[in-house]
Amino acid sequence: MSELTEGYLGITSSGRKSKVPAKLDYVQSITGGFLALFMWGHMLLVSSILVSNDFMYSVTKTLEGNFIINGGSPLLVSTFAFIIFSIFIVHAAMGLRKMPANFKQYQVLRAHAKSLRHDDTNLWLIQAFTGFVMLFLGSVHLYIMMTNSSDIGPYSSADRVWSEWMWPLYILLLLAVEFHGTIGLYRLSVKWGWFDGKNPRSTRIRLKRLKWILTVFFLSLGIASLAAYIKIGIEHADKVGEKYIPTSLTKGIL
Amino acid sequence: MAQQKDVTISVLKFNPRDKESHPKFVEYTLQETPGMTLFIALNKIRQEMDPDLAFDFVCRAGICGSCGMVVNGKPTLACRTLVANYPDRKLQLIPMPAFELIKDLSVNTGKWMDSMSNRVESWIVDNEKEIDITKIEEKMEPKVAEDIFELDRCVECGICVASCGTALMRPNFVGAVGLNRVARFQMDPRDKRTDEDFYDLVGDDDGIFGCMSLLACEDHCPKNLPLQNKIAYMRRKLVSVK
Repeated sequence: MSELTEGYLGITSSGRKSKVPAKLDYVQSITGGFLALFMWGHMLLVSSILVSNDFMYSVTKTLEGNFIINGGSPLLVSTFAFIIFSIFIVHAAMGLRKMPANFKQYQVLRAHAKSLRHDDTNLWLIQAFTGFVMLFLGSVHLYIMMTNSSDIGPYSSADRVWSEWMWPLYILLLLAVEFHGTIGLYRLSVKWGWFDGKNPRSTRIRLKRLKWILTVFFLSLGIASLAAYIKIGIEHADKVGEKYIPTSLTKGIL
Repeated sequence: MAQQKDVTISVLKFNPRDKESHPKFVEYTLQETPGMTLFIALNKIRQEMDPDLAFDFVCRAGICGSCGMVVNGKPTLACRTLVANYPDRKLQLIPMPAFELIKDLSVNTGKWMDSMSNRVESWIVDNEKEIDITKIEEKMEPKVAEDIFELDRCVECGICVASCGTALMRPNFVGAVGLNRVARFQMDPRDKRTDEDFYDLVGDDDGIFGCMSLLACEDHCPKNLPLQNKIAYMRRKLVSVK
């Protein structure tokens, strides 16, 4: 009954407006905020390769739960990837509500943005574009992580990046994620007024500055990490499939 | 005396009621006078060069909100725009989008604002009490009165709507002016509407949850209204309505 009246009339059977739009807005913010913060953690974990192969290996094994399961289990990573993929899909569905839905809407928005030359309007366009890009690139990456979680490690990841031709996708995905995530966190802050304080205008200026610092930081970290995987991948190209053995074990063998 | 500069003003002229009319830019060149506002320049053009040029104004002082137009891409009030603010003295004028075009730079903001006012029931609602206009109003805390007055400074010029990508994409969007109005009555202790009542007015994708926080409203409002802060306030209030 309620679904029918809400669907046709936009009000509940008690005569009140549907509360679903509020929930959708909230869910969009919560999932977006979670994914943006998750990506910070993700980037720090991925960049462990910049310290050493051994360190990246130990990070991988820790995430596979080797402190409770002997040797670790990639199933844990698959499960986590599945949860992230689910949140990603929910967030995408919520975000799509805001996209231009037809050519007319796209046309007016494009003309407006070009004419207005307004920073936050342009940031939104970047967010919309990168969000659209991530629908495809992010899905590919997440599906691979979900189904091939045992192939994460200094050599396995580097082989995937270089020999399995994922580097073009990762470059584009990196750009999309870092712009989308930091712009999204900035927008979340101003949208809900979390840090407004006594002077929301000066807070907004500071938030935007922080946003750019974070964008540059994580983008730099991402590019450096990707370059490291590409370098390892090139060097390891003739031994694709070989798993990394940490230095402590090879010393034990010798 | 400094040499007077030439000002070039290019206006998008179009009369949607005239089948022969097609949108076209018409350029006017005139000499700058000291302290010349765009309002003065447009009047000079109409008096001396093109009596057919249509644009709106009433107060000349940024109070009536009638002379909103898009100047070099930015919606602004013509009467508060100094020609000297444009170093090359070249100004391109187009009518504000989102509103019904009457002719040239003249748009019908009144029709839009009237519809918005009715939609958000822009008046004090107290069904319990019969208002006796022969009696002095109840007292209000000065701080509350100041906060309400701060939002009441809106002149309904429509610049927030013309700046808003969401409002242009989705013509049913209530706009910052509407959300500001809701915040104004939500703060007023004389208004007995509950948050759920306000939710019923703007709790959907054409209202508060349609706002994409592009913040062009905040950045272009000629009255410097705290739109970002008040829209965020209403969003927090209405999202928590059960």
